[in-house]
Amino acid sequence: MNIINPLKYAYLAMEAWFNLAFGSEWNPLYNMGRLAFFFFWIVFISGLYLFIFFDTSLTGAYASVEYITHEQWYIAGIMRSLHRYASDAAVVTIILHMFREFALGRYRGFRWFSWVTGVPALWLVITLGITGYWLVWDELAIYVAMLSSQLIDALPLISGSMSRNFVGEQLSDRFFSLMAFLHFSGQPLFLIFALWLHVKRLSLVKVTAPRGLAIGSFIGLLVLSIISPAVSHGPADASQVTAALELDWFYLNVYPLLGYFTAGQTWLITLGTTLFLMALPWLPAKKTGPAAVVHLEQCNGCEQCAEDCPYDAITVQARTDGAKFEHEVTVNADMCAACGICVGSCPASNPFRQKNEQLVTGIDMPQMPINEIRNTLDKTIADLKGNNKIIVLGCDNSLDYSQFETDSIKVVGLFCIGMMPATLVEYALANGVDGVFVTGCRTGDCYFRYGNIWMDKRFAGTRQPVLRRRAKRSRIKVSRAAITDGTRFQKELIAFQSHIEKLNGDEELAHE
Amino acid sequence: MNKVLRYGLQAFNYALFMAVVWYFSTSPTYHQLEDDQAVITLSFTHATKLSEECRRLTQEELLKLPLNMRAPMDCPRERSPLTFELYLDDKILTSSVVEPLGFHRDQGVNLFQRMVVKAGEYSLRIWLNDDINVDKPTYQYEQKITLKPEQQLLIDFDAATGGFFTK
Ligand code: HEM
Repeated sequence: MNIINPLKYAYLAMEAWFNLAFGSEWNPLYNMGRLAFFFFWIVFISGLYLFIFFDTSLTGAYASVEYITHEQWYIAGIMRSLHRYASDAAVVTIILHMFREFALGRYRGFRWFSWVTGVPALWLVITLGITGYWLVWDELAIYVAMLSSQLIDALPLISGSMSRNFVGEQLSDRFFSLMAFLHFSGQPLFLIFALWLHVKRLSLVKVTAPRGLAIGSFIGLLVLSIISPAVSHGPADASQVTAALELDWFYLNVYPLLGYFTAGQTWLITLGTTLFLMALPWLPAKKTGPAAVVHLEQCNGCEQCAEDCPYDAITVQARTDGAKFEHEVTVNADMCAACGICVGSCPASNPFRQKNEQLVTGIDMPQMPINEIRNTLDKTIADLKGNNKIIVLGCDNSLDYSQFETDSIKVVGLFCIGMMPATLVEYALANGVDGVFVTGCRTGDCYFRYGNIWMDKRFAGTRQPVLRRRAKRSRIKVSRAAITDGTRFQKELIAFQSHIEKLNGDEELAHE
Repeated sequence: MNKVLRYGLQAFNYALFMAVVWYFSTSPTYHQLEDDQAVITLSFTHATKLSEECRRLTQEELLKLPLNMRAPMDCPRERSPLTFELYLDDKILTSSVVEPLGFHRDQGVNLFQRMVVKAGEYSLRIWLNDDINVDKPTYQYEQKITLKPEQQLLIDFDAATGGFFTK
């Protein structure tokens, strides 16, 4: 069923626009999580520098930040601005990252864990920013301190008033020291833990941005820091309430709520939003297909599937069946996303094997075993008519390719294009097909992570199991598409068929 | 696509992104007060009077208690609620009955209220009652005040030094 999902369409259009400017490798929308990590690195390094000059006391903090900003503007000042703007940029990227996973429906089923751990990670980032603003100890800081205390005072169980610490003259140092401790060590450690948890069920996660993006965003931040350096408000004064504040809306957005709601209601709104976000993967829930199964009798312990699994669901262990190999693999069914990429990784999935019997591979998907794929392909090839027979090997998560079927073009669908053993393409060509059109999600993106990257590498001969050199490359075409790319895809498919037609004609001529 | 055009488009996108970062990093300006407003903060902690006096137990009552619990005096820990009203120029600004904190209502009260008012001159009047057995205010305070825009006036209370004072 093809439900029109406006969010998804809008997102894919935006993605296509960025592909134009950045290409797929540097497309920021494909790299939002990584970009957030990159901004954290900038925040970390600039923070270390600021720490040298920062005076961690209520009385000295403001003056030290003024020194950083104005006297040593050429290094410390720029570091301060980088620290501020990279933190802000991180929030923008995290929100876009979250929006992307949501718009593309990548938050339910096996992804629930990444989604649910993402929400508290975002909250941690926000509170880290809040303590950061506290440390400047300017008019904005005392506003943050005052309103944070009201929020904390509204919690049951804590008796005594924290708010009282920020009016009158007897301001105490203890909250300031606590905030400094939290900002410099407590919160960053928690954040590292939260992010470790966030990507725990994924493998091959990169925690820096691709080079082009890293350079571009760093230059952007640097220019911004020079044009419009971060500055403080006036010094904190407990006998004043500053009317107009230049809030950082990325971090301090909760406080204005207190102008309209009580502290208790503000807590309800915040916690309600959090719980709602965290419950989204189950509204409604999505079932993940049955996990991959290992057939030890066909597994030689080469470990390729474990290396390729994007969800870290396959582990290598010592052989248990007495076979002469050193290792075998097992599947952690809980972690398995049922993408089938391991089937494409297994050298035993070669469809030329076990020709007239059941094809059994080392690791297989119970709901669509390799034997069934080969049978389907055989049947589909038999159905093809005409002289220029084309098989489209499709991935189920990009585009509904069946709409392009004709008498001479038929589709065989797979869970992911990474599920396709490269030898399947050769098998089709060897069994009467004139051209194989290989699809998959847009380059740079893969519904299951890494599927089309592995496919490219197998085709290029740089990752096992490879598409052999002698495969007839002129009869193979790779064309990728998202659900919005139907028109372009169809054009390419028709052009490919004409190309095959010409090729067939040329070969016939050569024969004669 | 043409390389120059591509890098141009990239630069444009970076600029757009940085513009968003820059703008929301300080804007729109948030006004927690109008320019001609000030804040009165009423904040203090106070142990109100016990709500019941100590009482000597009768002989019979004592005999009913286990041996180790036979204290001659019964002193309930519960404290009185605190009632107060605050007037500016004889118009009531806030009033409340605050219950003592604690499971046994024995920890006194903790008050924190912020009120936004127009800057200017006022006569401030406030009274409170901290003893449930007394039928009239136990503390009163009157004072002419001048509030400048953005000023925060703290009204504090300390029973040991005679009651209310402002800062
Ligand atoms: C707090 C900062 C965050 C950082 C630095 C971060 C970073 C990342 C990274 C690097 C990945 C792996 C991407 C890949 O290689 O495919 C990822 C995956 C993911 N993130 Fe985040 N993330 C953050 C917050 C969030 C939030 C707030 C959400 C949503 C509530 C979220 C939802 C997800 C989901 C669903 C995935 C799984 C993607 C998949 O399975 O394909 N993340 N994140």
